[in-house]
Amino acid sequence: MTRQTGQDPLFVVEDLHVSVEGKEILKGVDLSVERGEVHALMGPNGSGKSTLANALMGHPRYEVTKGRVFFKGENILGLTPDQRARKGLFLALQYPTAIPGVTMVNFLRASLKAVRGGDVPVREFRAILKETMELLKMDESFARRYVNDGFSGGEKKRAEVLQLGILRPEMAVMDETDSGLDIDALRTVAEGVDGLMGPGMGVLIITHYQRILDYIKPDIVHVLFGGRVVKSGGPELAKELEAKGYEWIAEEHGVPEGVS
Amino acid sequence: MTAKTASEIVSDTYKWGFHDDEEALYKSKKGLSHRLVAEISDMKGEPPWMRELRLKALDHFLARPMPTWGGDLSQIDFDDIYYYVKVTDRDARNWDDVPAYIKRTFDKLGIPEAERKFLAGVGAQYDSEVVYHNIREDLKTQGVIFLGMDQGLAEYPDIVREYFGTVVPANDNKFAALNSAVWSGGSFIYVPEGVHVQVPLQAYFRINSENMGQFERTLIIAEPGSFVHYVEGCTAPIYSTDSLHSAVVEIIVKEGARVRYTTIQNWSNNVYNLVTKRMKVYANGVGEWVDGNLGSKLTMKYPAVYLMGPGAHGEILSLAFAGPGQHQDAGGKVIHGAPNTTSTIISKSISKGGGRTSYRGQVKVYPGCHDVKSTVRCDALLLDEDSRSDTYPYIDIEEERVTIGHEATVSRVGDEQLFYLQSRGIEEAEAAKMIVNGFVEPIVKELPMEYAVELNRLIELQMEGAVG
Repeated sequence: MTRQTGQDPLFVVEDLHVSVEGKEILKGVDLSVERGEVHALMGPNGSGKSTLANALMGHPRYEVTKGRVFFKGENILGLTPDQRARKGLFLALQYPTAIPGVTMVNFLRASLKAVRGGDVPVREFRAILKETMELLKMDESFARRYVNDGFSGGEKKRAEVLQLGILRPEMAVMDETDSGLDIDALRTVAEGVDGLMGPGMGVLIITHYQRILDYIKPDIVHVLFGGRVVKSGGPELAKELEAKGYEWIAEEHGVPEGVS
Repeated sequence: MTAKTASEIVSDTYKWGFHDDEEALYKSKKGLSHRLVAEISDMKGEPPWMRELRLKALDHFLARPMPTWGGDLSQIDFDDIYYYVKVTDRDARNWDDVPAYIKRTFDKLGIPEAERKFLAGVGAQYDSEVVYHNIREDLKTQGVIFLGMDQGLAEYPDIVREYFGTVVPANDNKFAALNSAVWSGGSFIYVPEGVHVQVPLQAYFRINSENMGQFERTLIIAEPGSFVHYVEGCTAPIYSTDSLHSAVVEIIVKEGARVRYTTIQNWSNNVYNLVTKRMKVYANGVGEWVDGNLGSKLTMKYPAVYLMGPGAHGEILSLAFAGPGQHQDAGGKVIHGAPNTTSTIISKSISKGGGRTSYRGQVKVYPGCHDVKSTVRCDALLLDEDSRSDTYPYIDIEEERVTIGHEATVSRVGDEQLFYLQSRGIEEAEAAKMIVNGFVEPIVKELPMEYAVELNRLIELQMEGAVG
């Protein structure tokens, strides 16, 4: 089913149910992100945050059993991950995979070419690469290294944001881009994301902690718990979670079964 | 997609499966005998010592049992093989002298173009004889000899007699014995002291006659302080019955010299490729094998470096790709026979569609060879559930002051890697190619440009339909 483009929100998740190896992790997630909006999705470990991120991108291990995901009016659940990416969806992975022997520069160029659906002049590509790497305070030599191969945690996260900057998606899902970073790296990465956001772009920041939201101000904060969005609110909700932890959510909604 | 047999897949993808109608001047009867071996030697007009060597080697071959420790050799019928085919009655050095139908084959292989670009000399083996040889004048004036092995024996019998069989004796193993008995063709290279050959010397090999064994013999002598890079690339046409390729390569790297020997082989999938390659490296010398094996039915090949003097260094880079019905049993051998010697073995193997790769390697350190360093790394990549990879590392250390490192990994082109590349817009088939090309990158970057390009193309051909 295709809705009419332009009148609808950029990105809509409707009653999404996702199973991993036969076990249901997401039990009906609803979300709606408009162009220019930043949403934060917070939740304790095991609430299904990464499952949502991977399912949205179409990872084959995550089986969607029910629900729909509309991106620019089209239900994308039937699309492969590369088709989703070429449509303008981006996922910054929590644990990016190493591709030994493939240099960052070749990988980035192949990606940009794929996403644009045509060749990218070398000169233009070099300019984009240089500019984005400077923004993220990355050394030039980084581009010659093999993709995520031997990268530190911080380097991996930076490399994800670099890809965000080069591919310029319309909708970006950032899965725990802040985890494993010290405060300086966090600032660089977060300010990088902030600087790379275009006016028409939607962002969903998935995080356990509130601290990244000091740099990237969310319009709406959601709390994911037991495979459902149980609470949504303004930025103050993130502060409340930071102050009170997730226990009060558990008390309000009960300890979910089968999720630890 | 319905399952295809191995031969169908070969027909689909084996691009260079063309062959010429043979115009052989002489073709031996099938099968092996003392009479045939003597006949080969007589026909070539060889000195008596070589005739003797051949006949003794045949005795070794007949006396030795078939090796059973590696791949399955039980289907080889030694009585059903032509051991000698001669396509032209003389070696030619000018392109103009090469018979037209052979030229056509070389054209298809791109030899003249390659030559224009950077070749110093071309030794092209067509069936059993070297038919074309060309060596640049400056090399000749430097005293570098680059000839077919038969011609080398005819023109430089003393040098050949001094070194032939000193690195790989005829009784070394069954297939070295076979080669010593019936060898024909191959290259003879002699680099005088201190001479650096700046561009790679290269030869193309090719089996053409059905059921014809190819038994080329290569001998390279690098005098002290010299350098040469020899490059050998092979393609073979397809036949419905099995062919045997059993070569011997002997290299002598003297004090402070360096020799690199690069092979890219792409035999058709009915060829048994059983090769003995070995070099002796003396003090402060460097010996390097770069060995890429695609194609063939069964390859058994373990390039070896014997480090004979202090400060010698040996390096083996081995790459194997096994598709449906193929078994690549490859690896390397380093023998540390002197103190302060160092070595590296890097093996990369890829298995696809039920193909099988084995890494078989040996590192040996003799007593008294202190301060030896050796690193072995073997990585296997499996493209699907049906494929198989095994590792057989033999480490035999008889000295205490040594540093030996061994690392082995087996990985699959995994969902995570594919998903990662796909999440960046790259299609699945393209993503798989990127992963495989990345995997072989450490070997490919060591190849001359044209070979690197060709190897990547061959792998892409092999990869078609690998995913999904």
